[in-house]
Amino acid sequence: MTFDRREFLCGGMGAAAGGAACAVLDPSPAEARENLTVPENAAGLLYDSTLCTGCKACQSACKNANTLPMEDTVGGNIWETPLELSSKTFTVIKAYKEGRAELKDQVVDGYAFIKRQCLHCIDPSCVSVCPVQAMRKDPVSGIVTHNPDACIGCRYCVAACPYRVPQFSYDTPFPRITKCQLCKEHLAKGDIPGCAKVCPTGATLFGDYKNLTVEIERRKAMKPGELNKFPRRTLDSGDVQERPAASYIEQVYGEKELGGTQVRYLAGIPFEKFGLPVGMPERSYAADSETLQHKLYAGLLAPIAILAGLVTAAFRSVKHQHEDGGHHE
Amino acid sequence: MSDAALEPGPNKRQYASLGGSLVNRGTIALAALAALAFFFLGVRFFYGIGAVTNINNGYTWGIWVVWDVVIATGFACGGYAMAMLVYILNRGEFHPLVRPALTASAFGYTLGGFSVLVDLGRYWNFWHILSPSYFNLGSVMFEVAVCISLYIVVLWIEFFPTFLDYFGLSGWRKALERVLFIFIGLGVLLPSMHQSSLGSLLIVMGFQIHPLWQTPLLPALFLLTAICLGFAVVIFEATLAAVGFDRDLREELPMLSQIGKAIAYVLTAYLALRFVDLAWRGQLGRLFDSGWRSVMFWIEMGLFAYPLTVLWRDAQRKRLSRLFLAAASMMGGAVLYRIDAFLVAYERGPAWNYFPSVPEMLVTIGIIALEVLAYIVFVRIFPILPHHSTSPSE
Repeated sequence: MTFDRREFLCGGMGAAAGGAACAVLDPSPAEARENLTVPENAAGLLYDSTLCTGCKACQSACKNANTLPMEDTVGGNIWETPLELSSKTFTVIKAYKEGRAELKDQVVDGYAFIKRQCLHCIDPSCVSVCPVQAMRKDPVSGIVTHNPDACIGCRYCVAACPYRVPQFSYDTPFPRITKCQLCKEHLAKGDIPGCAKVCPTGATLFGDYKNLTVEIERRKAMKPGELNKFPRRTLDSGDVQERPAASYIEQVYGEKELGGTQVRYLAGIPFEKFGLPVGMPERSYAADSETLQHKLYAGLLAPIAILAGLVTAAFRSVKHQHEDGGHHE
Repeated sequence: MSDAALEPGPNKRQYASLGGSLVNRGTIALAALAALAFFFLGVRFFYGIGAVTNINNGYTWGIWVVWDVVIATGFACGGYAMAMLVYILNRGEFHPLVRPALTASAFGYTLGGFSVLVDLGRYWNFWHILSPSYFNLGSVMFEVAVCISLYIVVLWIEFFPTFLDYFGLSGWRKALERVLFIFIGLGVLLPSMHQSSLGSLLIVMGFQIHPLWQTPLLPALFLLTAICLGFAVVIFEATLAAVGFDRDLREELPMLSQIGKAIAYVLTAYLALRFVDLAWRGQLGRLFDSGWRSVMFWIEMGLFAYPLTVLWRDAQRKRLSRLFLAAASMMGGAVLYRIDAFLVAYERGPAWNYFPSVPEMLVTIGIIALEVLAYIVFVRIFPILPHHSTSPSE
């Protein structure tokens, strides 16, 4: 009753583990799942941090648009005071401040705002990981939607989202996953998302992804301090305010992050100051994960082939051990 | 017992029930722990998961996922590892260890599946996993859920001859035996798939998993630890059963010692893969510069190193006490690897942290207690543990 090394390594264990390792290391690009691309008529938001005054009208409008309950983190049930996204809050304005916090959009002794919400990834992790297609990406608008009737509550979307967006309710026996769905019901009626509709400065702007890309380029070409026109609500609303352009940093958040997002940010200070993840690859994690799954399972062909081998081996062993003297199960 | 008559040759009776009383201080304590768990599960179903656990939107997977499913199914890989050894590598001499391993695996996986239902927020929709109109074939979770569901069924089919033996249904047993090889094949394929996929679950989390653990080789590393765990659990359980039931282990020791050697091979391959991978990805510096995560990594390594020092040496491996400690240390390393990968390595920003609450841990402890209790009841009633020709049984 001993093992010799060769026999052991050539056996099923070696095959199983080796198969997994080979599949992972296999560089053949043909099988790689590429990033998804943005739909032709995708909708989006542009949030310009330099225009935001932190009034939080968008937070309030979001609650109305989605009939969300109040979130009181200080007690007394007087003020709406969400600190983070939660099952009751789909968007929240957060502030960066440093030192004397006197200078808008400056890192030192400055302050700045950021609007947290679902970024509606072009290649969303939450959609890729959902085992029951409760999370979906609308093929026309590109909006990342959630269907609670399909959801089993495994919370893989909560765990996987690099922006920590999907929220689960832990305080109820009948919980849900919740997040911004870009007011899709209101869009269907020809309206625009609640947050963009009420933003007094045009910091949150709703529009076609493509048109917003043009607007982003226009703003980045502006000379800091020069008077410029900034539309409110939508690009073609005609409701425009004139004000000096801010100094934008180079990065447009959501332009490249993990294949890009349909909600994009412009800002005057680096995005890591807002606690957002930076330095992420352009290849989406969804593409990484699905490529690996696909290579390991190759449309179930690999498992079927391995199963055939295993069943054959088991058949031989059972027969052999039976003849050997009844060692069978 | 009736099973003796079913074995074809003389003196080929392999398994015997232990008999003995089912009610004693040990089983009562285990039942009490299980009852406590069910009390807190009642709270969970009436007031929500947050009423019992500390999970939050930063750390949404707590020990009910990481221990009760990811680790518990790893512990339940004894049946898988032994089936691979006996039926795929055709090592029939290890056959006496198959049935106890299968028993523990059947309970481990069944309770793992139960734990999934407990942790699912919208458990009433669970059937969607098995309903084609909902399938998302690209989802790692989908594959894990389907494979675990199927494997639970396969395990009970593999276990079924024990029931047939007990009730003396030899005709049924012969019929089942004719097709059993198919289920044995499935019983090796399915755990290979979902045990590796438990690692793949983390790939999509990208930068959120610290580079000491995040690697495209996660599926291979999880699979190798599952095999090691399976073998280690066989040694661990055999030893505890011997101590707990006052059995003589001399007949099984040579087999257990050889299984220890199997662990040495697989564990060495695992560790080599892990370090080569770290070097390949240029992350060796992280072994020392990542604070408490580096420390956790080295604790893992310590727990893996001890079994290697024992299991590669013939003299050491043949001493039951050393073998047992090596298996226990192996299990500790594999447990910590899975905890580290899912929780310690998981970075969600400064606003979030997680440590399980006491009721949350009591649920996990209660489920383990239920598993041990079920094992004790089964080996006392059914012919599961290896029959000793030298010792009188029941």
